[in-house]
Amino acid sequence: MLKERIYSISEYKQKIFSQKEYMREKDISGCGLFGVINKKGQPISGCVPVEAIAIQHDRGNGLGGGFAAYGIYPDLADKYAFHLMCDDQHSLDQAESLLKKYFDIHLSEAIPTRRTLNVMDSPILWRFFLTVKKDRPSWNFLSEEDYVVAVVMLVNKRVPGAYIFSSGKNMGAFKGVGFPEDIGEFYRLDEYKGHIWTAHNRFPTNTPGWWGGAHPFTILDWSIVHNGEISSYGINKRYLCEHKYECTLMTDTEVVAYLLDLLIRKHGLSKKMACKVFAPPFWDEIDRMEAEEREAYTALRMVYGSGLLNGPFAILFADHKSLVGLNDRIKLRPLIVAEKGDEVFMASEDCSIRSVCPDPEKLWAPKAGEPVIVELEN
Amino acid sequence: MLYRPINQNYHDFIVQRDRELCINCRVCERQCSYLVHYWDENRKQVMHDNAKCVGCHRCEALCPTGAIVIRHNPSQFRENSHWKPWFIKNVYKQADGGGVLLGAMGNPQPYPIYWDRLLLDASQVTNPSIDPLREPMELRTYLGSKPDSLEFEEKEGKPSLKTKLSPQIKLNYPIMFSAMSYGSINFNLHIAMARAATELGIVYNTGEGGLHPDLYQYGPNTIVQVASGRFGVHRDYLNAAEGSDALSPAPHHDIYSIEDLRQLIYALKEATEYRVPVSVKIAAVHNAAAIASGIVRAGADIVAVDGFRGGTGAAPTMIRDNVGIPAELALAAIDQRLRDEGIRNRASVVIAGGIRCSADVVKAIALGADAVYIGSAALVAVGCTMCQRCYTGKCPWGIATNVPSLARRQNPEIAKQKLVNLVRGWAHEIEEMLGGMGLNSIESLRGNREKLRAVGLNEVELDIFGVKPAGR
Repeated sequence: MLKERIYSISEYKQKIFSQKEYMREKDISGCGLFGVINKKGQPISGCVPVEAIAIQHDRGNGLGGGFAAYGIYPDLADKYAFHLMCDDQHSLDQAESLLKKYFDIHLSEAIPTRRTLNVMDSPILWRFFLTVKKDRPSWNFLSEEDYVVAVVMLVNKRVPGAYIFSSGKNMGAFKGVGFPEDIGEFYRLDEYKGHIWTAHNRFPTNTPGWWGGAHPFTILDWSIVHNGEISSYGINKRYLCEHKYECTLMTDTEVVAYLLDLLIRKHGLSKKMACKVFAPPFWDEIDRMEAEEREAYTALRMVYGSGLLNGPFAILFADHKSLVGLNDRIKLRPLIVAEKGDEVFMASEDCSIRSVCPDPEKLWAPKAGEPVIVELEN
Repeated sequence: MLYRPINQNYHDFIVQRDRELCINCRVCERQCSYLVHYWDENRKQVMHDNAKCVGCHRCEALCPTGAIVIRHNPSQFRENSHWKPWFIKNVYKQADGGGVLLGAMGNPQPYPIYWDRLLLDASQVTNPSIDPLREPMELRTYLGSKPDSLEFEEKEGKPSLKTKLSPQIKLNYPIMFSAMSYGSINFNLHIAMARAATELGIVYNTGEGGLHPDLYQYGPNTIVQVASGRFGVHRDYLNAAEGSDALSPAPHHDIYSIEDLRQLIYALKEATEYRVPVSVKIAAVHNAAAIASGIVRAGADIVAVDGFRGGTGAAPTMIRDNVGIPAELALAAIDQRLRDEGIRNRASVVIAGGIRCSADVVKAIALGADAVYIGSAALVAVGCTMCQRCYTGKCPWGIATNVPSLARRQNPEIAKQKLVNLVRGWAHEIEEMLGGMGLNSIESLRGNREKLRAVGLNEVELDIFGVKPAGR
């Protein structure tokens, strides 16, 4: 039974927003990760990630578990699926009225949950399926994606008791305070099917838990689960501030999510080059490359040095078409990858993979800084 | 000694000579360019005149029997917290001479030294520290204007760059030798700096005195300075170098506004065929952040901020001691302003003025500097004892002098080695500190103010630094 103090959404936001930007304390946590993708886009039951992360129980401390799933809303695939957590009905109403201003709401319902022994004090969990209004009330000059991001940021900042934790299409994040196996049961993930899943077990060391603090973190279709502590956080955050991202959650993971959005969506880098920004080759490797490649990586490090993720990390990130696993440049956190048939698994420990895939065809530990990018085949 | 003018009676130092040890070899007499020591024919022994001593310690260092100690003059004025001896002596001097007081080296007054109020982080448990003796540790730095984003093409899994980059200066260490002109220091030290910079893979700045043709060979490791006087500035000079630097003392007679600066920057770029980055140096003054922003928009590739602790060969003492603001504050404000305006990538920021040790370098970079200039530290490395009398041109250490017999005291090869040793030593320490913070590359420290905590600063200062107080 969890006896620790859990912050409500408004308490957490109050704690963050009452302080000047540079005074906010950063979250530190260790973690366990799991991810799976079916390259043919065939659905995988939600039981798989729950079982695989459950075996990594000891990598967390019950203060955060979560999942991201792709392809779970096939009937509403063209709508933005917003998952919200709210302290009370009033906060939900406030959030809804703001959303109504910017979006057409097609479906509004509670996220189905079941009573679970070890998951307590859950906020109101709600989801909206939305499309952008033809006549936008503001931000007319923004692209649709930027518009969606702007509304998400607005709600998260303006409504003290509400937090949008997922805003992509045909995908969703499910997370909360508790061990991930309990969170999985609570959200009835066994009833969902998706072609990509990621899962996370959290071990925060310096902050009280709150429901929004669990992984994955998402922005549009991107979802990130992350194990590690990014020592370059201070500059990564300031670099993002220059590009008008406001890091409100004070976690490394949020920084990774925004960096992906900046590098891939806004700057048009490939997933591989974005990974090379996070974990670039060392200068002495670059110096040994042939001229053209050397020039490319030299420029990459010169221009995107502030995006380098320095410190121990293993991250999994996904969008609709791919699952990517990446380690820091000197592999200070574990990451194992395995293949069987059309499925590729990634996890912090191989026992986690073997629990759902006892006889993988191939299982290896990717090299430090070498991204494993698995794309859907069709 | 009543026959002396009053200002000579209250001298700063006394020479304490141990007669037991002194062998009257007259080394002190030959070494002292201020004529403190002299041979007394009647007494048949070396004597000295304390009033002339500037406290450079040359005689003490070279005395073969260790017979000499230079001490503060113990003779005291009546205590007065307001009228400190410094002010009293200055009044005596000016009453005698009627001139402007001259000073040299950096501002020595007890203004807050913010480097000493900032502390560094170290990894504990949740992230491992990195041992630079076993793991790669990267200090390489490029100075110059960078684009906001890059475009690549990927062929057979290998990227190639489509974006055209502006010229950059490559530094193996984020440390450069500061602008010290041929004139303020001598040719031997210019050779030493040029060779040291070349060996280290960094750059040195020529200062405002032009560049001797013999040093053109070190061009790839040279920043040529275009100062207000334009001494020695011509086409070959500009093209001799890896970078060029426009400096602003009082005033450049072709820069009376930011528009004029823009013209000069582009004149320099044209003259060098856009082959080298142009750096603009400003003093750390009240509006440094706004000025830096203007400079970047005017096309500078590098902004160098020079603080009042920075050494000078000669400056009016009142100006040295009272004009400007601490460079640490200016640096923090400039870096933040450039980021707020979204133009931080467009220029590198270099800080100069009073960097004393590798920890100062680390703190400067964490506040947002791309690299630092070291001037005084480089001079100390070759023997300077900070006696602050550079303006006399009689430096007994052979540094701030062009008197051939004195300049000869600096051997360019030995001086070069001292400079190389200093930078290498600092680099090792920087690597250790980076590793302690769990970082293995200098760009992850640059502007990473999370790695700093402040002690004893007020809330406004914390705001300017964007640094949390220790304990938070």
